[in-house]
Amino acid sequence: MTSRELAAPPDALARANGYEAPPPRVGFFTDTSVCIGCKACEVACKEWNHVPDDGLDLLGMSFDNTGMLGANSWRHVAFVEQPRPVGRQDAGLAGLPTGPSGLAHTSEVVEARLRSAPRGGSELGTTPLPTAPGGGAPHVVQDLGMPTFSRPGDTSGPETRTDFRWLMESDVCKHCTEAGCLDVCPTGALFRTEFGTVVVQQDVCNGCGYCVSACPYGVIDRRPDDGRAQKCTLCYDRLHDGLTPACAKACPTESIQFGPLDELRERADRRLAELHGQGVDEAELYGRDPDDGVGGHGALFLLLDKPEVYGLPPAPVVPTRFAPQIWRRVGAAAASFALAAIGAFASTAVGNRR
Amino acid sequence: MNGAHDPHPGGPRRAGPEPAAGPAADVASYYGRPVLKSPVWEWGTAAYLFTGGLAAGTAVVAAGADLQGAVRLRRACWLGSFGALLASVGLLIDDLGRPERFHHMLRVAKPTSPMSIGTWLLTAFGPGVGAAAVWELLPVRWRSARPARLLRALSRGIGLASAATAPGVATYTAALLAQTAVPGWSEVRGALPFVFAGSAAASGGGFGMLAAPLDEAAPARAFAAVGAAGELVASRVMERRMGLIREVYHQGAAGRCRRGAELLTVAGLAGALLTAKRSRAGAAASGIALLSGSALQRFGVFEAGVASTKDPRYVVVPQRERLDAAARDRGALSS
Repeated sequence: MTSRELAAPPDALARANGYEAPPPRVGFFTDTSVCIGCKACEVACKEWNHVPDDGLDLLGMSFDNTGMLGANSWRHVAFVEQPRPVGRQDAGLAGLPTGPSGLAHTSEVVEARLRSAPRGGSELGTTPLPTAPGGGAPHVVQDLGMPTFSRPGDTSGPETRTDFRWLMESDVCKHCTEAGCLDVCPTGALFRTEFGTVVVQQDVCNGCGYCVSACPYGVIDRRPDDGRAQKCTLCYDRLHDGLTPACAKACPTESIQFGPLDELRERADRRLAELHGQGVDEAELYGRDPDDGVGGHGALFLLLDKPEVYGLPPAPVVPTRFAPQIWRRVGAAAASFALAAIGAFASTAVGNRR
Repeated sequence: MNGAHDPHPGGPRRAGPEPAAGPAADVASYYGRPVLKSPVWEWGTAAYLFTGGLAAGTAVVAAGADLQGAVRLRRACWLGSFGALLASVGLLIDDLGRPERFHHMLRVAKPTSPMSIGTWLLTAFGPGVGAAAVWELLPVRWRSARPARLLRALSRGIGLASAATAPGVATYTAALLAQTAVPGWSEVRGALPFVFAGSAAASGGGFGMLAAPLDEAAPARAFAAVGAAGELVASRVMERRMGLIREVYHQGAAGRCRRGAELLTVAGLAGALLTAKRSRAGAAASGIALLSGSALQRFGVFEAGVASTKDPRYVVVPQRERLDAAARDRGALSS
């Protein structure tokens, strides 16, 4: 599958996977510049798809208490607090007692908990993190540095005031053109749908866990109590009935847009040009380029900072791209192994005859 | 980009437990949270890397011994191979989220999935080893009966055929680990197959040295020595080519396992060359050293990969460097 094929007909990906007369490839365009962080997408997704809760957890990552995409979180809203304005906007803070964000303090707490978690924090989106070392039993109240009675900045004085912006981003499975999870699945549970999306068949998956390590975005995970791999299906059931996926339907600001992928790409390009025109030079598209390491996303994003600030890999490459190189090496190693065995027996046979 | 602003909420912070050196220290991340999911595989998969290699290594020694008529080496190695194979299958099924669905692996054959290829390699490898081991377990007084003679003819044929698939069984696990997004495994894809091939040969030969008498164990010694030397060289080459992930191969449990593996493999290699010819005890000790060295090598590589997923630096830094290099190239072209 090359990007050239994709550039042409909108149903090329499904056709390449054996569908006759498929509908056009669909996806999401998540425009983070209009996200208000309401998390309606997270809730709508859980309700429609019967995704179980992952335990109550206060993470100290701003308003993000989900932490990461996972088996029990198919949408995840990231919150990033930064001491700078959006574009040329005035943050409107002059004269207000608004001090610096309390995030530095709360982040220290969450870092300790991430470090003490068995999977280093990968369990976010599936299970709560353990209490920080020294935090004691779960009922002990932790100081997350939340504001108390005084207003932020009241005690610190105006000299600590900063410009401020809040980045919010609703993350989701990227439904890659070249999907690492799908390629390595040994049971055929993961498959490419007629809409060009990637879905796990729950009646087939045996929980081998290979997809978890093959996803360069850390999206798919195994649900601990269930044993099977879980991720966003792009509401495959709703698509069959011509409905919009639950998250996009629930989004009140059209930050999450659903539609045919070629149309979404055009919309993303227009929105990027518009923002650049307004002086928001830091805006960039993520997953838009069909020539990137995964052949482009089915779910594109417009970001207001570098991808890694949102917890996204800046330039991921699907592991399958390395398969030819890997198998050549494995073949050479297997041949060396066989030669060593033959040599060992041949040399001792010769030695015995002497 | 924007040098003026702080890339991280609350200040540019290093991510992860170890202080980072050099330019990686101010890598932007989302609260230091990992980008990747840590592997869901537990110690069983790491142990399988060893038992699978052992099953393959002993199978080729058994087959060679069969062709050369070294009866006791053959018997010990077919039984060892069968034991390692049973352990492998048990470990693999146990590490599934839904063990009762293990047979779903046999629904498809997918060349893009090293696990699917491995499933079919093991399916081709297993029955021959099983048949050969069953014949070895038959009481001697039954062996002249007609059904037993038929079994012998059959098991010899498919046992030798199994040994032909053993090189694949010994090395495909390197592809299994390398074809992932895990930096600690993906970035060593060039040398890892040779490390695993050497490790499998060292463990197979080491088992032969441990289990067979001195006069029959010469091929096992030679195989073990070549394997151990190959593993040591490949492991050093792998290390030399590492970038940032060198850290995860040196720190923590992975570093301890790898240092132990190298020491034991060197000791086992020296024993195989110097004492194993003359002393039964020396041969057994060398064999045990090689087996333990091989096992520690597998656990070391496994743990290094797991550790590399827990810190976003190992994902972000190489990718950011690639992006920046590409941007420089574009800049050079346009100017």
